[in-house]
Formats: sequence, structure tokens, C-alpha cells
Amino acid sequence: MDANTDYDVIVIGGGPAGMAAALEAQKAGSRVLILERNDQLGGILPQCIHNGFGAVNFGSDLPGPEYAWRYEQMLKQTPVEVILKTMVVDLTPNLEIYAINEHAGYLHYKPRAVVLAMGCRERTRAQIRLPGTRAAGIFTAGTVQRLVNIEGYMPGRKVIILGSGDIGMIMARRLTIEGAEVLSVLELMPYLTGLRRNFVQCLQDYDIPLHLSTTVKRIIGNRRVEGIETIQVDADLNHIPGSEQTIACDTLVLSVGLIPENELSEKAGVIPDDRSRGPRVDSTMATSVPGLFAAGNVTGIYDLVDYVSKAGETAGRSAARYARRNTAEPPGAHARSTESDTDPSTRRIRIRAGANVGVVIPQEIDLDAVDQNPLLLMVRPNALIEHPVKIRIRAGDDYPVTMAEPYARPSEMMIKELKTRHLQSLIDSGAQEITVELS
Amino acid sequence: MANNYATRTDICLRCPRGCAIETIQGPEGEILKISGNQCKLGIEYVTQEISDPRRILPTSVRVTNGTRPLVPVWTPEPIPKRLLMELAEASREIVVEAPVHVGDVVLDNWKNLGIRLVADGEVPHN
Repeated sequence: MDANTDYDVIVIGGGPAGMAAALEAQKAGSRVLILERNDQLGGILPQCIHNGFGAVNFGSDLPGPEYAWRYEQMLKQTPVEVILKTMVVDLTPNLEIYAINEHAGYLHYKPRAVVLAMGCRERTRAQIRLPGTRAAGIFTAGTVQRLVNIEGYMPGRKVIILGSGDIGMIMARRLTIEGAEVLSVLELMPYLTGLRRNFVQCLQDYDIPLHLSTTVKRIIGNRRVEGIETIQVDADLNHIPGSEQTIACDTLVLSVGLIPENELSEKAGVIPDDRSRGPRVDSTMATSVPGLFAAGNVTGIYDLVDYVSKAGETAGRSAARYARRNTAEPPGAHARSTESDTDPSTRRIRIRAGANVGVVIPQEIDLDAVDQNPLLLMVRPNALIEHPVKIRIRAGDDYPVTMAEPYARPSEMMIKELKTRHLQSLIDSGAQEITVELS
Repeated sequence: MANNYATRTDICLRCPRGCAIETIQGPEGEILKISGNQCKLGIEYVTQEISDPRRILPTSVRVTNGTRPLVPVWTPEPIPKRLLMELAEASREIVVEAPVHVGDVVLDNWKNLGIRLVADGEVPHN
């Protein structure tokens, strides 16, 4: 079967990153196609019926479905093509896409550029090595969210939630609103792992207790969950014998983290970032594979959809630019154009995560591609520092850039714009590698 | 400072930043000092929170003859916090007919309080 070469840019995934990427690529003159696995656009947003979306991009506080709907309306005003219920099963290093759906069967494309926007998936019971029986009534928080908000089923009546991340707290409130009794939210760490505003508006407001430094020791029940044995942990996260408590319940909800979805990225041969667990991306959201861009949760877990959309816009613009430069060549050709005659390696600065930083996105600055759009640096702390801190960018023995923050929390990604003067200091330092530190 | 001065800390809910705002109140409950907010929304938030705490209720209602069984709805304007569960219970009894569009009012002027539930998703006719 011959590949369809009609498209400049194909976006894999029609969630917030993918929709924003498609809009920007189209605006830049590309012919764009979105391939979406679900039967509607929006990614995870249609099931995120709580408000809290859009503060940055729309200046208002919207529920997830309406945030997605606004982007969908914008897409409808454009010639961007969308194919739903279509799953991409393979992506090659020279950007050949193989997909399947119930109408066409097999689909084969070879666009000039590709944007990866597959989002993330949930960590499961196996990944936290949760012992006990295989009783019914154990769900991940996202599955419960889909059951309750899209399909209209209640997973149970008496619920324990493990994990104080945002989805866990939001589902504690959601299940309470729909009439379930949420007995408690347990958190292994000695601190809340989600946003404090969700602690207030999801737990406090609905009188749902939070137990820190506490986890599930054992699940009780054979056919159905009948109870949970909880246990407290010490500073090293080891169980404290004698602190066990048995709570009768019929449902255990796991909100224990998200992982970038990168099966396709791996097939395409991207170089992964060992911190983000997504592909390594530069400031244009380019991966290590020429013509392959990535944005949103596929590159690392974001807190706010607004910044996922912004990353999508960057990826879309970059993909369109790449496609335009390569229109003379057959689609998918391995040409990496540069506008300057200098050695490309001297025009790029590698960014590494240093002290107290878990993840930094992007992991490289492409100095040739700096334009009028803000260059945003996402910094995920991996330590809880409840006093004023400094984000310091180290180049060799110098710190050419320093920015102040009131605190650092693993639950809150720091978003910093690298302004022209910051970039100039980094260029002046002559460093080819910089390290982002928090102290 | 005398005992009848009270200090309280609120996490502002007006944006995801979630500022911890400290408020000092005088003997009559009057607000003397607000600090810790990073914008003026924080002042609005604690002033409201101290006199009449309000929240947005996001939930869903059942749909008949639609392509999906539920449509998401919310109170675009925050409602008194004490009414959250009562409205949640009332919303479980609501059934609307497809098609439902973003912005459709599914419950209007609840209890004559001006409170409304508005659809924030689309459900086409089956």
C-alpha cells in the first residue's frame, strides 16, 4: 500500500496538546491531520468535569469539557482534518505512520512532520507493588473518573483513596457529590502531593479526612473488596509495625501517578530523557528524530492544561516550519536545515536537572529557533522547600541566571520564561550545557 | 496583640496558584490586614470567604435519547458552600432530553436563589 503523502503535519492525539499543535501548524500554512483514538476530541478533558481550566489561556475558570469544546470550535473554523476512532499502531524513524480504524482498516501516511501528543497513562496497582487479593473494586482514579463522569456508573459506595494527587482528591469530591461515602484519602509521603487548593475545595469542604505517611498494607476480600488494612510509614517510607488499622470499604481508588505514553515515540527511535520519561525535547519541542515533535504530557507530566496547550502551539509551529523547509524534498527526508553557517552544535545549549530539580522541560535550547514567542522553562522540584528559594541556572562555575520563587513543592511545576536578557547571559557564558538548580 | 485579634490563613481558590493568604481580624471581625496574596483576586477571595464562603459545584446530569448517558454541568457562579450537598442531591434527579449544548441551562433559579446549573459539554441526539 502506498503511503498517503498529502499532509505536511500529522498530529497523533487530539487532546489539548494535539489540538493546539494542529491549530498553530495550520495557521503557519501547513495541511494538517489529527489522528485520534477516541470517538471525540479533547483527550482526557471531557471526563475532567471539574473547573480549574483556562486561567492562563482564556482568563477564566472553565470545566474541562468546555476548555476542550472551545478548542474544538476553533478547529472547526479551519481546514484541519480530524479522523476519530483511529489508532496509530506504528511510527517509523522516517515518519511513516501506520494506523487502523473500523472504516478504512489499515491506513498508511508519510507526512513531512509529525507531532506526538499521546498524553500519559496512569500508574497501576502492579507498579506500586500493592499486595493482597485480586478482588473486584480496585480502580485507578482515571478509570473511576471515566465510569462516573462519562459512562454513568458508580464504582462502589464506601471508598478509600490511595494517593493525594490532584486526581485522587478531585475524585474524592466527585464520588461524595454522587452519593458515595469517601472514608479517607491516604498518602504515603509526609506531604500532600496535589495542589493545596484541591485539599481545600475537594477534601476540607466535604469533610474528607487525609492521612499522611500512611499507605495500604493489605486488601481484604476475595470476590469483592471488603476492607483495607492501612499502615503508617516512617521517614524512610518503611512500614511501622503495630500501626495497622482495618477499615471496612468496598472500593479502593488508586491515584498514584502518571507516566508519559511513549510506545510510539520509542518505535520512532527518540532519545528519551531519563528524568521526564518522555522524549528529550528542545525549545522548539523537537525530539531527537528529525521532523518529529512532541508536546504535553507525552514529554512529562504537566499540572495545568493551559501550559500543555502552549507547548502544543510551539510544537505545531515548529512542525510547520520543518515541513515548509522540507517541501522541496520528498516527505520524511532526513534534512535538518539550519539558517546559519555555524556548526549547529554551538547553537544549542543542553539543559540538565540539578539540585532539588526532578524534571526540566525542555532539555535543550535551540538558539537558532528563538523567536518572539515566550521560551518557557518547566521546572518540577523533587524536594519540598517551604521558604523562599532561588532557581539558579549554572553554567560551569557561574550562575548567569537567577530567579526567585516563594517556595518549591513537588506538586507544583514552576513555569519560568527565559527572556532575551536571560538567553543573552547564557550565550555570553559560552556554555554548551547548563544546569537548573533550586536552593 | 490583644487576644481578641484573630489571624487566619486561607488558600485562595481563585486560580491554580493557590496563594496562602493571611488575614488579621479585629475584635468585631473587621479585616485589618491581608497579606500573602499575589494579586487582587486574593483580596476579593478572603473578603468573600470570611463573610460568605462560596464554591462552584461541578457535576453531571442524566440525558435521554443522547449519544451519551450524561452531560457535565456546573454552577458558573459560586454558590453558598452550605448548599453544595443539597444541590448535588437535587442534581441527581435531573434528566434532560438530547440534544444538549454548551451553555444550556438545565436548572434555573434553584430555590429562588438565582442559582443555575449550566451544561459545559455537548450531547448530540441519538
